[in-house]
Amino acid sequence: MASQGKLHFSLVSPERSLYSGEVDQVVVPGVDGQFGALSLHAPFMTVIKSGAILILDGADERRIYVGGGFADVSAQGLTILAEDAVDLSSLDTKALERDLHNAREDLRDAKDSYGKDLAQRKLDRLEAIQAAV
Amino acid sequence: MASLKDFRTRITSVKSTQKITKAMQMVAAAKLKRAQEAAESARPYAMRVAATVANLAGTVQGDGAPKLLRGSGQDQVHLVVVATSERGLCGGFNTNIVKKARETILALEAQGKTVKILTVGKKGRDQLKRSYGERMIGHIEFAGIRSLGATQSAQVSQLLVDRFQAGDFDVAHLIYSKFKSVISQIATTQQLIPVVAPEGLVSADLGGGIYSYEPDEEAILEALLPRYLDSQILGALLENAAGFYGAQMGAMDNATRNAGDLIKKLTLQMNRKRQAMITTELTEIIAGAQAV
Repeated sequence: MASQGKLHFSLVSPERSLYSGEVDQVVVPGVDGQFGALSLHAPFMTVIKSGAILILDGADERRIYVGGGFADVSAQGLTILAEDAVDLSSLDTKALERDLHNAREDLRDAKDSYGKDLAQRKLDRLEAIQAAV
Repeated sequence: MASLKDFRTRITSVKSTQKITKAMQMVAAAKLKRAQEAAESARPYAMRVAATVANLAGTVQGDGAPKLLRGSGQDQVHLVVVATSERGLCGGFNTNIVKKARETILALEAQGKTVKILTVGKKGRDQLKRSYGERMIGHIEFAGIRSLGATQSAQVSQLLVDRFQAGDFDVAHLIYSKFKSVISQIATTQQLIPVVAPEGLVSADLGGGIYSYEPDEEAILEALLPRYLDSQILGALLENAAGFYGAQMGAMDNATRNAGDLIKKLTLQMNRKRQAMITTELTEIIAGAQAV
């Protein structure tokens, strides 16, 4: 049970659990608009867009990119089921640029439609991450 | 009769085989640990998704429910998804899964259903190709992929959803090996489509409030069901991977022990042979000496 004033927040992706702890507030990009969840928020569930979620705890601020998923606010706190998640504070922007460059090249070099599709998806993901940064 | 030299070569060759199986056993043990961890860390997501699906499936019913939950309204064409490993040397692991698949297929056909097969993993296709080749509608292989993840399971679930929407089948079953323990894996059948709402899950405590949904229940369920399918497939693939390494570990342990027994037996035979040769030689010398 979340303590008064603090929100229990957990972020899970299909492969692993990425974040779990007590925070002050989480700002989530919902499909119908961005919303902030504080503790004792009314039970609520929504689909989220790809974008950055902002975790606020005291003076701490953390941004994590999520590639779509669901947010579920209940008495137990906020749970985000993300399809894909990247921590933006530990992200290497140079590596991202390089990956983007490589992905664009891959897309150009892709021969069949399957390869093209794969490369396009990879590029879309990276571009979404960059947009979030 | 084999000569002493033959015995020596034979023993050396068995010894090197033993070294290989021993090494494979240790590699499998290390990989098993990693596979178990992967299966473990995929669990929170799967549980949350399952709980949410259970929650929503109760509220959304009737014609408004997404097709994945409702089914196609028919029960004629069954798709059997057989998930096996990519590689062998794992004892009866794949054979057990394939056996279960055959049983399922026979049972369905006895009921007059049309059966289609999708194989995931090379070994399953190899074993089913001969008897059920014409029923196969696809094959997915993860050769060369070191660690299975969401990308791979998404590949499977995407194909399933596409085929289902296209009306290629009415019901889909997944056959994989449930990881019970390192030495025991049980081939299991699980229904994938129409989605069976998980039971026995306690719905979240709302603290007296009522859930509000954005955009609405149907839309969320529509988006959530493929994810649920995905997490079920990922869970099955990961359990399969863990089971595979467990089975491989057992098989390699057996092989190492067998090689040890064989070496012992061969050494004994070789020593007997050597002693027999010495005795013959001595007898010959003594007989020769007496003759003089």
